[in-house]
Amino acid sequence: MKRETIHTPRAGRPGIAWALPAVLFFVFFAAAPMGIVGYLSFTDWDGLSDPSWTGMDNWSKLWNDDRMRNAIWLSLLLTALTWLTQTPIVLLLGVWAAGRQRNRAVLSAIFFLPLLASSVALALLWRTIFDPNLGLAPDVANWFNLDSSDLLGSPTGAFVAILFVTGWQFVPFHTLIYQGGARNIPQSLYDAAAIDGAGTVRQFFHVTLPQLRNTIVTSTVLMVVGALTYFDTVLILTRGGPGDSTSIVPYLMYETGFRAFDLGYASAVAAALVITATGISLLLVRLTGFNRMRSTREGM
Amino acid sequence: MRSPNLRPRLRVLSVAAATAVTATTLAACGSDGPSGGSESLQVWTYQDGSSTIQEDFVEQFNETSDVQISLTQIPGENYQDRMRTAMGSSNAPDIFFNWGGGSIADFVDQDMLIDLTDHLADDPEFGDAFIPSILDAGALDGRYYGVPMRGVQPVILFYNQTLFDEAGVQPPGTLDDLFDLVETFQERDVTPAVLAGADPWTELMWLEYLLDRRGGADIFDRIRNGESEAWGEPAVLQAAQDAIDLVDAGAFGNNFRSVSYTTDGASTFFAQGEAAMHLMGSWEFANQLSNQEEFAENDLAWATFPEIDGGTGDPAALVGNPTNYWSVNAQVEDEKLDAALEFLKLHATQEYASALTANGDIPTTADAADLLDQAPTPDYARFQYEMVQNAPSFTLSWDQALPASQATPMINHIEELFSGQLSAQQFVDAMLDL
Repeated sequence: MKRETIHTPRAGRPGIAWALPAVLFFVFFAAAPMGIVGYLSFTDWDGLSDPSWTGMDNWSKLWNDDRMRNAIWLSLLLTALTWLTQTPIVLLLGVWAAGRQRNRAVLSAIFFLPLLASSVALALLWRTIFDPNLGLAPDVANWFNLDSSDLLGSPTGAFVAILFVTGWQFVPFHTLIYQGGARNIPQSLYDAAAIDGAGTVRQFFHVTLPQLRNTIVTSTVLMVVGALTYFDTVLILTRGGPGDSTSIVPYLMYETGFRAFDLGYASAVAAALVITATGISLLLVRLTGFNRMRSTREGM
Repeated sequence: MRSPNLRPRLRVLSVAAATAVTATTLAACGSDGPSGGSESLQVWTYQDGSSTIQEDFVEQFNETSDVQISLTQIPGENYQDRMRTAMGSSNAPDIFFNWGGGSIADFVDQDMLIDLTDHLADDPEFGDAFIPSILDAGALDGRYYGVPMRGVQPVILFYNQTLFDEAGVQPPGTLDDLFDLVETFQERDVTPAVLAGADPWTELMWLEYLLDRRGGADIFDRIRNGESEAWGEPAVLQAAQDAIDLVDAGAFGNNFRSVSYTTDGASTFFAQGEAAMHLMGSWEFANQLSNQEEFAENDLAWATFPEIDGGTGDPAALVGNPTNYWSVNAQVEDEKLDAALEFLKLHATQEYASALTANGDIPTTADAADLLDQAPTPDYARFQYEMVQNAPSFTLSWDQALPASQATPMINHIEELFSGQLSAQQFVDAMLDL
């Protein structure tokens, strides 16, 4: 059947004025600062005197900077590992939490608690837990005959700690997204699958997973962009250390800008990060066909 | 269908939008001048165990002054970054706590601070009140931009007297003694020296003393004055190797890299009798006294950093922070400037010195010796006072003495040195590269 072109009735169409407040806020708090950062990335500025124009200096330094290379590698690694470790967990948890039994509601409520605390408070909490002499983590590790006493002091340990703490913090959020997605799947699909003889596992792979396609894309984009811009946890938990081993791009940007006060170069790092994160999320959206907005209920 | 009501609605919207624009524009611009033209002075201080004295004196000042002082206390290791960021914005404080030297050099370059030299010279009761070497330590190119406002803060080797007695040993006189002590305490299952490696400035303290004893204070003096080739002096390499040797010998235990000072991990561990020594700024005493009183009174003892056989440095030389200073923003004018100067002069009074002494700090005023008996622990007060009086040099902490652009990578390299990611030679090369 040929689809009818939808004509929006003129009365119902909101005027441009409705968008004005949002547009103005966007211009003042997002577009303008980005423009300024773009300008600053071509200058040398210590934050006190006037910026002086240096052309492409900061940008060419960006290509040849070992610390920057290390930071990009760490950021990409963190992003990939974040996706790989969190996605299976949040997918299963979200689908499980979408059920209606009473105990699930209570457990879910407890489970979502980390979502309510600020990342700074959580990072401070975990830093204390990881203290090798006074914290809990070394004791727990001892029970399993592991040595975690120097967790934050070893390059790998510190990286794993960040992966763990940010995961612990953001899993509830993504679980919530999946829970919402899973609850939207029509029961009739499961009923039909059951009649066809599909068990729980087949139902999961042939009904739940395909129906969650858009949810997966949304969660993935949020995870990727989030992991590329993690900052507060790193600042408090490891301060990029030991050495440079957890110095991911946003942290390097902060350290360059607000510790060494090389704000021109920090702006170049920031601009590069914006370009990369935008590029990656656009690419994800395009590759997954998310931009076509195809409904998972088509054909129903 | 176009609603006839659209016009009034549009007008409401444009008013709302205009309000939003005005509000955001105002928020973006902030106020001109440091404190928005109102009759008050914004004062920023670092928040720690001594900042209650600042509260008391601000309150006292406000009782009699037309210009009121509003005190902001900022805790944590980010004080320096926050102050520096604020100074570049329109929300700069009028009077602020700093470390002198490199911590204010950029502001002085930009003419952002009031030159206090004449004010100090005009009023002998003000200018001559302080120990000259300490007043000088806050000066740049012979001009004074700061007034001392805290006690002296040399880095001291604290130790647990009870643990030392049980092991039948004395505090180390030489570096070799120190290595012997490492063995002794390891055998007794005690961490020889607690080190809060998660905060690399604690590692810096060891390296500062090691270099001072190996090659004398003038090596870092040259570095501070812009002669970065001085990082290539053999003494720097030796001191870095000493640090590695101490780490390898287990002086700091196996997990010092995860121990933090700012969350009290190191001090608590030390107070629990798990570690025999703790190299830390003199404030550690007040810290222990308020958090672990019993330990501070019964077990806590102190000594100077050991000398090194064959080293050319003076064993009486000190590292640390000579003291902290108040500096005044150059935008403070007229009656506000008068009030600011009145406030600074309070810090030269006997009354202020007494308050510092009672808090366990050693004042920087010239007649402080008479007050030492009023200190909560006169022994400790006299030890510290004599230490400072007899010191041929008092090197300001490297991270405060160097400009931020060098201090940040230096701290990272020191952390890499202590965690075994850099050898002594690689550390020297990295510092020469800065």
